[in-house]
Amino acid sequence: MYEFDWSSIPGALPFLWQGMKISLGITGVAVAAGIAWGTVLAVMRLSPARPVSLFATLYVSLFRSVPLVMVLLWFFLIVPSLLRDVLGLSHATDLRLASAMVAFALFEAAYYSEIMRAGIQSVSKGQRSAALALGMTPLQAMWHVVLPQAFRNMVPLLLTQAIILFQDTSLVYVSALADFFGAAYKVGDRDGRLVEMLLFAGAVYFVLCSAASWGVRVLRRRALA
Amino acid sequence: MISLRDVYKSYGEVEVLKGCSAEIRKGEVIVVCGPSGSGKSTLIKCINGLEPFDRGEIVVDGVSVGKRATNLPKLRARVGMVFQHFELFPHMRVMDNLTIAQEKVLGRGQEPARQKALALLERVDLREHADKYPGQLSGGQQQRVAIARCLALDPICMLLDEPTSALDPEMINEVLDVMAGLARDGMTMVVVTHEMGFARKAANRILFMDQGRIVEEGTAAEFFAAPKTERTRQFLSKVLHH
Repeated sequence: MYEFDWSSIPGALPFLWQGMKISLGITGVAVAAGIAWGTVLAVMRLSPARPVSLFATLYVSLFRSVPLVMVLLWFFLIVPSLLRDVLGLSHATDLRLASAMVAFALFEAAYYSEIMRAGIQSVSKGQRSAALALGMTPLQAMWHVVLPQAFRNMVPLLLTQAIILFQDTSLVYVSALADFFGAAYKVGDRDGRLVEMLLFAGAVYFVLCSAASWGVRVLRRRALA
Repeated sequence: MISLRDVYKSYGEVEVLKGCSAEIRKGEVIVVCGPSGSGKSTLIKCINGLEPFDRGEIVVDGVSVGKRATNLPKLRARVGMVFQHFELFPHMRVMDNLTIAQEKVLGRGQEPARQKALALLERVDLREHADKYPGQLSGGQQQRVAIARCLALDPICMLLDEPTSALDPEMINEVLDVMAGLARDGMTMVVVTHEMGFARKAANRILFMDQGRIVEEGTAAEFFAAPKTERTRQFLSKVLHH
Protein backbone atom coordinates (compact mmCIF):
# COMPACT_ATOMS: atom_id res chain seq x y z
CA MET A 1 0.00 0.00 0.00
CA TYR A 2 1.35 3.39 -1.07
CA GLU A 3 1.95 5.79 1.83
CA PHE A 4 0.87 9.34 1.00
CA ASP A 5 3.11 12.07 2.31
CA TRP A 6 1.84 15.59 1.78
CA SER A 7 4.49 17.30 3.91
CA SER A 8 6.45 18.73 1.02
CA ILE A 9 3.51 20.78 -0.27
CA PRO A 10 3.44 23.73 2.21
CA GLY A 11 7.08 24.52 1.64
CA ALA A 12 6.61 24.41 -2.13
CA LEU A 13 3.71 26.85 -2.17
CA PRO A 14 5.75 30.01 -2.97
CA PHE A 15 7.38 28.24 -5.92
CA LEU A 16 4.01 26.89 -7.08
CA TRP A 17 2.58 30.41 -6.87
CA GLN A 18 5.37 31.62 -9.17
CA GLY A 19 4.27 28.91 -11.60
CA MET A 20 0.62 29.88 -11.23
CA LYS A 21 1.53 33.45 -12.15
CA ILE A 22 3.12 32.21 -15.35
CA SER A 23 0.05 30.08 -16.18
CA LEU A 24 -2.28 33.01 -15.54
CA GLY A 25 0.00 35.36 -17.46
CA ILE A 26 0.00 33.14 -20.55
CA THR A 27 -3.76 32.70 -20.27
CA GLY A 28 -4.40 36.43 -19.93
CA VAL A 29 -2.22 37.43 -22.87
CA ALA A 30 -3.48 34.59 -25.07
CA VAL A 31 -7.15 35.35 -24.30
CA ALA A 32 -6.78 39.08 -24.98
CA ALA A 33 -4.63 38.72 -28.10
CA GLY A 34 -6.55 35.64 -29.25
CA ILE A 35 -9.91 37.41 -29.07
CA ALA A 36 -8.53 40.50 -30.83
CA TRP A 37 -6.84 38.57 -33.64
CA GLY A 38 -9.69 36.05 -33.76
CA THR A 39 -12.18 38.88 -34.25
CA VAL A 40 -10.10 40.28 -37.09
CA LEU A 41 -10.00 36.78 -38.64
CA ALA A 42 -13.76 36.38 -38.25
CA VAL A 43 -14.38 39.70 -40.00
CA MET A 44 -11.91 38.75 -42.74
CA ARG A 45 -13.59 35.39 -43.15
CA LEU A 46 -16.95 37.06 -43.78
CA SER A 47 -15.43 39.60 -46.16
CA PRO A 48 -16.73 39.66 -49.73
CA ALA A 49 -13.13 39.92 -51.01
CA ARG A 50 -12.15 36.34 -51.91
CA PRO A 51 -8.39 36.47 -51.13
CA VAL A 52 -9.12 37.97 -47.71
CA SER A 53 -11.69 35.37 -46.72
CA LEU A 54 -9.56 32.60 -48.17
CA PHE A 55 -6.58 33.63 -46.05
CA ALA A 56 -8.71 33.60 -42.90
CA THR A 57 -10.26 30.23 -43.79
CA LEU A 58 -6.85 28.69 -44.39
CA TYR A 59 -5.45 30.13 -41.18
CA VAL A 60 -8.32 28.80 -39.09
CA SER A 61 -8.33 25.34 -40.62
CA LEU A 62 -4.54 25.08 -40.35
CA PHE A 63 -4.45 25.85 -36.64
CA ARG A 64 -7.49 23.72 -35.94
CA SER A 65 -5.96 20.72 -37.66
CA VAL A 66 -2.63 20.51 -35.85
CA PRO A 67 -2.07 19.50 -32.24
CA LEU A 68 -1.42 22.36 -29.85
CA VAL A 69 1.68 20.63 -28.48
CA MET A 70 3.22 20.65 -31.94
CA VAL A 71 2.49 24.34 -32.46
CA LEU A 72 4.12 25.04 -29.10
CA LEU A 73 7.21 23.11 -30.06
CA TRP A 74 7.51 24.88 -33.40
CA PHE A 75 7.35 28.18 -31.62
CA PHE A 76 9.88 27.23 -28.98
CA LEU A 77 12.25 26.26 -31.74
CA ILE A 78 11.56 29.05 -34.24
CA VAL A 79 10.35 32.20 -32.49
CA PRO A 80 13.25 32.66 -30.04
CA SER A 81 15.89 32.67 -32.77
CA LEU A 82 13.70 34.87 -34.95
CA LEU A 83 13.14 37.41 -32.18
CA ARG A 84 16.81 37.42 -31.30
CA ASP A 85 17.70 38.24 -34.88
CA VAL A 86 15.06 40.93 -35.21
CA LEU A 87 15.56 42.59 -31.84
CA GLY A 88 19.29 41.90 -31.60
CA LEU A 89 19.01 40.14 -28.24
CA SER A 90 21.73 38.04 -26.69
CA HIS A 91 21.40 34.28 -26.53
CA ALA A 92 21.11 34.47 -22.77
CA THR A 93 17.68 36.14 -22.95
CA ASP A 94 14.97 33.67 -21.98
CA LEU A 95 12.27 33.95 -24.60
CA ARG A 96 10.35 30.81 -23.70
CA LEU A 97 7.58 32.75 -21.98
CA ALA A 98 7.24 35.18 -24.89
CA SER A 99 7.17 32.32 -27.41
CA ALA A 100 4.55 30.51 -25.35
CA MET A 101 2.36 33.61 -25.33
CA VAL A 102 2.71 34.13 -29.06
CA ALA A 103 2.01 30.47 -29.80
CA PHE A 104 -1.09 30.34 -27.60
CA ALA A 105 -2.41 33.64 -28.96
CA LEU A 106 -2.02 32.54 -32.59
CA PHE A 107 -3.44 29.09 -31.90
CA GLU A 108 -6.39 30.21 -29.81
CA ALA A 109 -7.23 32.97 -32.30
CA ALA A 110 -8.38 30.22 -34.66
CA TYR A 111 -10.89 29.01 -32.07
CA TYR A 112 -11.91 32.50 -30.99
CA SER A 113 -12.50 33.45 -34.61
CA GLU A 114 -15.03 30.64 -34.95
CA ILE A 115 -16.83 31.86 -31.83
CA MET A 116 -16.83 35.46 -33.05
CA ARG A 117 -18.01 34.37 -36.49
CA ALA A 118 -21.00 32.67 -34.89
CA GLY A 119 -21.48 35.83 -32.82
CA ILE A 120 -21.48 38.07 -35.87
CA GLN A 121 -23.98 35.79 -37.57
CA SER A 122 -26.19 35.88 -34.47
CA VAL A 123 -26.78 39.62 -34.96
CA SER A 124 -29.79 40.17 -37.21
CA LYS A 125 -29.11 41.34 -40.76
CA GLY A 126 -31.41 44.29 -40.19
CA GLN A 127 -28.92 45.79 -37.76
CA ARG A 128 -26.26 45.96 -40.43
CA SER A 129 -28.78 47.31 -42.94
CA ALA A 130 -29.81 50.04 -40.49
CA ALA A 131 -26.19 51.02 -39.91
CA LEU A 132 -25.49 51.13 -43.64
CA ALA A 133 -28.70 53.09 -44.25
CA LEU A 134 -27.37 55.74 -41.85
CA GLY A 135 -24.36 56.18 -44.12
CA MET A 136 -21.88 54.04 -42.20
CA THR A 137 -19.26 52.20 -44.24
CA PRO A 138 -19.33 48.38 -43.93
CA LEU A 139 -16.39 48.53 -41.51
CA GLN A 140 -18.05 51.21 -39.38
CA ALA A 141 -21.24 49.15 -39.28
CA MET A 142 -19.20 46.16 -38.17
CA TRP A 143 -17.28 48.06 -35.50
CA HIS A 144 -20.01 50.23 -33.98
CA VAL A 145 -23.09 48.06 -34.43
CA VAL A 146 -22.44 44.39 -35.17
CA LEU A 147 -19.32 43.54 -33.14
CA PRO A 148 -20.48 44.98 -29.79
CA GLN A 149 -23.63 42.86 -30.01
CA ALA A 150 -21.75 39.81 -31.31
CA PHE A 151 -19.28 40.08 -28.46
CA ARG A 152 -22.01 40.43 -25.86
CA ASN A 153 -23.86 37.38 -27.21
CA MET A 154 -20.69 35.31 -27.11
CA VAL A 155 -19.27 36.25 -23.69
CA PRO A 156 -20.16 32.88 -22.09
CA LEU A 157 -18.51 30.93 -24.92
CA LEU A 158 -15.46 33.19 -24.94
CA LEU A 159 -15.02 32.62 -21.21
CA THR A 160 -15.52 28.87 -21.53
CA GLN A 161 -12.80 28.86 -24.17
CA ALA A 162 -10.59 30.84 -21.76
CA ILE A 163 -11.04 28.10 -19.14
CA ILE A 164 -9.97 25.45 -21.66
CA LEU A 165 -7.02 27.65 -22.57
CA PHE A 166 -5.99 27.89 -18.93
CA GLN A 167 -5.85 24.10 -18.70
CA ASP A 168 -3.96 23.90 -21.97
CA THR A 169 -1.22 26.19 -20.68
CA SER A 170 0.13 23.13 -18.83
CA LEU A 171 1.43 21.98 -22.21
CA VAL A 172 4.27 24.49 -21.94
CA TYR A 173 6.06 21.74 -19.99
CA VAL A 174 7.49 20.74 -23.37
CA SER A 175 9.78 23.76 -23.08
CA ALA A 176 10.58 23.09 -19.41
CA LEU A 177 8.97 26.43 -18.59
CA ALA A 178 7.87 26.34 -14.95
CA ASP A 179 4.18 27.15 -15.16
CA PHE A 180 1.96 25.84 -12.36
CA PHE A 181 1.97 22.29 -13.66
CA GLY A 182 5.67 22.45 -14.51
CA ALA A 183 6.50 23.80 -11.05
CA ALA A 184 4.49 21.06 -9.36
CA TYR A 185 6.25 18.45 -11.46
CA LYS A 186 9.68 19.85 -10.63
CA VAL A 187 9.05 19.97 -6.89
CA GLY A 188 7.49 16.52 -6.83
CA ASP A 189 10.38 15.10 -8.79
CA ARG A 190 12.95 16.75 -6.50
CA ASP A 191 11.30 15.50 -3.31
CA GLY A 192 10.36 12.10 -4.67
CA ARG A 193 6.71 12.96 -4.03
CA LEU A 194 5.49 13.18 -7.62
CA VAL A 195 2.16 11.45 -7.03
CA GLU A 196 1.15 13.78 -4.22
CA MET A 197 2.27 16.86 -6.11
CA LEU A 198 0.39 15.93 -9.26
CA LEU A 199 -2.73 15.07 -7.28
CA PHE A 200 -2.47 18.41 -5.55
CA ALA A 201 -1.95 20.27 -8.86
CA GLY A 202 -4.92 18.42 -10.37
CA ALA A 203 -7.07 19.44 -7.40
CA VAL A 204 -6.07 23.08 -7.85
CA TYR A 205 -6.93 22.99 -11.58
CA PHE A 206 -10.22 21.30 -10.75
CA VAL A 207 -11.22 23.85 -8.12
CA LEU A 208 -10.24 26.88 -10.21
CA CYS A 209 -11.87 25.66 -13.41
CA SER A 210 -15.10 24.45 -11.80
CA ALA A 211 -15.40 27.76 -9.95
CA ALA A 212 -14.87 29.64 -13.22
CA SER A 213 -17.38 27.43 -15.08
CA TRP A 214 -19.89 28.04 -12.33
CA GLY A 215 -19.25 31.78 -12.70
CA VAL A 216 -19.91 31.55 -16.45
CA ARG A 217 -23.18 29.70 -15.81
CA VAL A 218 -24.33 32.38 -13.39
CA LEU A 219 -23.38 35.06 -15.91
CA ARG A 220 -25.25 33.28 -18.69
CA ARG A 221 -28.37 32.91 -16.55
CA ARG A 222 -28.23 36.57 -15.64
CA ALA A 223 -27.83 37.53 -19.30
CA LEU A 224 -30.92 35.50 -20.21
CA ALA A 225 -33.00 36.91 -17.37
CA MET B 1 -35.66 64.07 -56.78
CA ILE B 2 -35.90 60.30 -57.20
CA SER B 3 -36.28 58.68 -60.56
CA LEU B 4 -36.51 55.00 -61.34
CA ARG B 5 -36.15 53.84 -64.90
CA ASP B 6 -36.97 50.32 -65.91
CA VAL B 7 -35.53 48.64 -62.81
CA TYR B 8 -35.13 44.86 -62.92
CA LYS B 9 -33.98 42.57 -60.15
CA SER B 10 -34.02 38.84 -59.57
CA TYR B 11 -32.95 36.54 -56.78
CA GLY B 12 -31.57 33.63 -58.74
CA GLU B 13 -34.41 32.38 -60.92
CA VAL B 14 -37.08 34.49 -59.26
CA GLU B 15 -37.71 37.87 -60.84
CA VAL B 16 -38.87 40.27 -58.12
CA LEU B 17 -38.80 43.53 -60.08
CA LYS B 18 -39.80 43.48 -63.72
CA GLY B 19 -39.22 46.92 -65.13
CA CYS B 20 -40.33 49.46 -62.53
CA SER B 21 -40.32 53.14 -63.46
CA ALA B 22 -41.41 56.14 -61.40
CA GLU B 23 -40.64 59.81 -60.91
CA ILE B 24 -40.83 61.31 -57.45
CA ARG B 25 -40.61 65.07 -57.12
CA LYS B 26 -39.32 67.08 -54.21
CA GLY B 27 -41.87 67.36 -51.40
CA GLU B 28 -44.06 64.55 -52.68
CA VAL B 29 -45.40 61.82 -50.45
CA ILE B 30 -45.68 58.54 -52.32
CA VAL B 31 -47.40 55.51 -50.87
CA VAL B 32 -46.40 52.15 -52.36
CA CYS B 33 -48.90 49.39 -51.73
CA GLY B 34 -49.71 45.97 -53.07
CA PRO B 35 -50.02 42.35 -51.98
CA SER B 36 -47.13 40.74 -50.12
CA GLY B 37 -44.42 39.47 -52.40
CA SER B 38 -45.16 42.13 -54.98
CA GLY B 39 -41.69 43.64 -54.65
CA LYS B 40 -42.54 46.83 -52.73
CA SER B 41 -39.87 46.47 -50.06
CA THR B 42 -37.26 45.37 -52.56
CA LEU B 43 -38.06 48.43 -54.67
CA ILE B 44 -37.49 50.95 -51.91
CA LYS B 45 -34.38 49.15 -50.71
CA CYS B 46 -32.99 49.58 -54.22
CA ILE B 47 -33.42 53.35 -53.91
CA ASN B 48 -30.66 53.68 -51.29
CA GLY B 49 -28.64 50.77 -52.64
CA LEU B 50 -29.30 48.38 -49.75
CA GLU B 51 -30.42 45.95 -52.43
CA PRO B 52 -28.44 45.89 -55.65
CA PHE B 53 -30.49 45.71 -58.85
CA ASP B 54 -29.65 44.04 -62.15
CA ARG B 55 -30.79 46.44 -64.85
CA GLY B 56 -32.22 49.92 -65.25
CA GLU B 57 -31.29 53.12 -63.50
CA ILE B 58 -32.12 54.82 -60.22
CA VAL B 59 -31.11 58.44 -59.75
CA VAL B 60 -31.45 60.17 -56.37
CA ASP B 61 -30.84 63.92 -56.35
CA GLY B 62 -28.65 63.64 -59.43
CA VAL B 63 -26.64 60.64 -58.13
CA SER B 64 -26.93 57.34 -59.98
CA VAL B 65 -27.32 54.62 -57.34
CA GLY B 66 -26.23 51.64 -59.41
CA LYS B 67 -22.96 53.07 -60.73
CA ARG B 68 -19.81 51.47 -59.37
CA ALA B 69 -18.19 54.83 -58.72
CA THR B 70 -21.06 56.06 -56.57
CA ASN B 71 -20.15 56.66 -52.94
CA LEU B 72 -23.05 54.74 -51.44
CA PRO B 73 -22.39 55.61 -47.77
CA LYS B 74 -22.42 59.30 -48.69
CA LEU B 75 -25.67 58.94 -50.57
CA ARG B 76 -27.31 56.87 -47.83
CA ALA B 77 -26.42 59.48 -45.23
CA ARG B 78 -28.72 61.84 -47.15
CA VAL B 79 -31.57 59.35 -47.58
CA GLY B 80 -33.32 58.35 -44.36
CA MET B 81 -34.66 54.85 -44.01
CA VAL B 82 -37.17 53.50 -41.49
CA PHE B 83 -37.52 49.74 -41.12
CA GLN B 84 -40.43 47.49 -40.27
CA HIS B 85 -38.64 46.17 -37.18
CA PHE B 86 -37.20 49.57 -36.13
CA GLU B 87 -33.61 48.26 -36.03
CA LEU B 88 -32.57 50.57 -33.24
CA PHE B 89 -29.17 49.60 -31.89
CA PRO B 90 -30.06 47.68 -28.69
CA HIS B 91 -26.66 48.12 -27.05
CA MET B 92 -26.85 51.92 -27.15
CA ARG B 93 -29.03 54.36 -25.28
CA VAL B 94 -31.67 56.24 -27.26
CA MET B 95 -29.43 59.31 -27.19
CA ASP B 96 -26.48 57.39 -28.65
CA ASN B 97 -28.71 55.87 -31.32
CA LEU B 98 -29.39 59.42 -32.46
CA THR B 99 -25.85 60.76 -32.19
CA ILE B 100 -23.66 57.94 -33.49
CA ALA B 101 -24.21 58.55 -37.20
CA GLN B 102 -24.12 62.33 -36.75
CA GLU B 103 -20.68 61.97 -35.21
CA LYS B 104 -19.20 59.07 -37.17
CA VAL B 105 -20.75 59.77 -40.56
CA LEU B 106 -21.29 63.53 -40.71
CA GLY B 107 -18.39 64.36 -38.40
CA ARG B 108 -20.50 66.58 -36.16
CA GLY B 109 -19.17 67.47 -32.72
CA GLN B 110 -20.52 65.75 -29.63
CA GLU B 111 -22.41 68.74 -28.27
CA PRO B 112 -24.13 69.85 -31.50
CA ALA B 113 -25.09 66.20 -32.13
CA ARG B 114 -26.61 66.00 -28.63
CA GLN B 115 -28.55 69.22 -29.08
CA LYS B 116 -29.88 68.04 -32.43
CA ALA B 117 -30.89 64.70 -30.90
CA LEU B 118 -32.70 66.34 -28.01
CA ALA B 119 -34.59 68.67 -30.35
CA LEU B 120 -35.71 65.69 -32.46
CA LEU B 121 -36.69 63.61 -29.44
CA GLU B 122 -38.78 66.59 -28.37
CA ARG B 123 -40.40 66.58 -31.78
CA VAL B 124 -41.42 62.92 -31.51
CA ASP B 125 -42.41 63.52 -27.89
CA LEU B 126 -39.81 61.22 -26.32
CA ARG B 127 -37.33 63.64 -24.78
CA GLU B 128 -37.62 62.10 -21.32
CA HIS B 129 -36.58 58.69 -22.71
CA ALA B 130 -33.17 59.84 -24.00
CA ASP B 131 -31.21 57.80 -21.45
CA LYS B 132 -33.18 54.57 -21.80
CA TYR B 133 -32.23 51.59 -23.91
CA PRO B 134 -34.47 50.72 -26.90
CA GLY B 135 -35.60 47.51 -25.18
CA GLN B 136 -37.25 49.59 -22.47
CA LEU B 137 -39.55 51.34 -24.94
CA SER B 138 -42.79 50.21 -26.56
CA GLY B 139 -42.85 49.39 -30.27
CA GLY B 140 -44.48 52.69 -31.16
CA GLN B 141 -41.92 54.62 -29.15
CA GLN B 142 -39.07 52.67 -30.75
CA GLN B 143 -40.35 53.47 -34.23
CA ARG B 144 -40.59 57.16 -33.35
CA VAL B 145 -36.99 57.02 -32.13
CA ALA B 146 -36.03 55.37 -35.42
CA ILE B 147 -37.68 58.21 -37.34
CA ALA B 148 -35.85 60.76 -35.19
CA ARG B 149 -32.59 58.89 -35.82
CA CYS B 150 -33.07 59.39 -39.57
CA LEU B 151 -34.01 63.04 -39.19
CA ALA B 152 -30.83 63.67 -37.19
CA LEU B 153 -28.87 63.43 -40.44
CA ASP B 154 -31.04 66.10 -42.16
CA PRO B 155 -32.09 63.78 -44.99
CA ILE B 156 -33.28 65.12 -48.33
CA CYS B 157 -35.89 62.36 -48.49
CA MET B 158 -37.08 59.39 -46.47
CA LEU B 159 -37.88 55.80 -47.29
CA LEU B 160 -40.23 54.01 -44.91
CA ASP B 161 -40.57 50.25 -45.26
CA GLU B 162 -43.82 49.11 -43.63
CA PRO B 163 -43.20 51.36 -40.62
CA THR B 164 -46.34 50.31 -38.76
CA SER B 165 -46.85 46.67 -39.67
CA ALA B 166 -44.89 45.28 -36.72
CA LEU B 167 -46.82 47.43 -34.22
CA ASP B 168 -49.71 46.61 -31.95
CA PRO B 169 -52.86 48.33 -33.23
CA GLU B 170 -53.00 50.88 -30.42
CA MET B 171 -49.51 52.14 -31.31
CA ILE B 172 -50.02 52.61 -35.02
CA ASN B 173 -51.51 56.06 -34.76
CA GLU B 174 -48.70 57.64 -32.77
CA VAL B 175 -46.32 56.66 -35.57
CA LEU B 176 -48.69 57.70 -38.36
CA ASP B 177 -49.10 61.08 -36.66
CA VAL B 178 -45.36 61.65 -36.75
CA MET B 179 -45.29 60.64 -40.43
CA ALA B 180 -48.19 62.95 -41.25
CA GLY B 181 -46.31 65.77 -39.49
CA LEU B 182 -43.27 65.12 -41.69
CA ALA B 183 -45.47 65.17 -44.77
CA ARG B 184 -46.93 68.52 -43.75
CA ASP B 185 -43.42 69.92 -43.30
CA GLY B 186 -42.68 69.08 -46.92
CA MET B 187 -40.44 66.02 -46.46
CA THR B 188 -40.16 63.91 -49.60
CA MET B 189 -41.26 60.43 -48.56
CA VAL B 190 -41.70 57.03 -50.12
CA VAL B 191 -43.79 54.88 -47.80
CA VAL B 192 -44.52 51.20 -48.22
CA THR B 193 -47.65 50.65 -46.17
CA HIS B 194 -51.05 49.03 -45.96
CA GLU B 195 -52.41 51.95 -43.94
CA MET B 196 -54.93 53.22 -46.45
CA GLY B 197 -56.11 55.93 -44.04
CA PHE B 198 -52.63 57.43 -44.12
CA ALA B 199 -52.51 57.06 -47.89
CA ARG B 200 -55.83 58.85 -48.28
CA LYS B 201 -54.84 61.72 -45.99
CA ALA B 202 -51.17 62.27 -46.66
CA ALA B 203 -50.18 60.75 -50.00
CA ASN B 204 -49.86 62.84 -53.13
CA ARG B 205 -49.72 59.73 -55.25
CA ILE B 206 -50.12 56.01 -54.80
CA LEU B 207 -48.16 53.35 -56.63
CA PHE B 208 -49.81 49.96 -56.69
CA MET B 209 -47.49 47.02 -57.27
CA ASP B 210 -48.27 43.47 -58.23
CA GLN B 211 -45.87 40.69 -59.18
CA GLY B 212 -42.87 42.97 -59.58
CA ARG B 213 -44.59 45.60 -61.69
CA ILE B 214 -46.08 48.99 -60.91
CA VAL B 215 -49.53 48.29 -62.33
CA GLU B 216 -51.28 51.46 -61.29
CA GLU B 217 -50.25 54.96 -60.38
CA GLY B 218 -52.44 57.90 -59.49
CA THR B 219 -53.51 60.45 -56.93
CA ALA B 220 -55.04 59.13 -53.74
CA ALA B 221 -58.47 60.37 -54.79
CA GLU B 222 -58.33 58.63 -58.18
CA PHE B 223 -56.92 55.49 -56.68
CA PHE B 224 -59.67 54.96 -54.11
CA ALA B 225 -62.59 56.30 -56.15
CA ALA B 226 -61.84 54.74 -59.51
CA PRO B 227 -59.20 52.01 -59.49
CA LYS B 228 -58.18 51.29 -63.06
CA THR B 229 -57.30 47.61 -62.91
CA GLU B 230 -59.12 44.57 -61.65
CA ARG B 231 -56.11 43.61 -59.53
CA THR B 232 -56.25 46.94 -57.69
CA ARG B 233 -59.99 46.58 -57.08
CA GLN B 234 -59.47 43.16 -55.53
CA PHE B 235 -56.66 44.47 -53.34
CA LEU B 236 -58.65 47.47 -52.18
CA SER B 237 -61.68 45.40 -51.33
CA LYS B 238 -59.45 43.27 -49.11
CA VAL B 239 -57.60 46.01 -47.27
CA LEU B 240 -60.52 48.41 -46.91
CA HIS B 241 -62.98 45.94 -45.46
CA HIS B 242 -60.87 45.29 -42.39
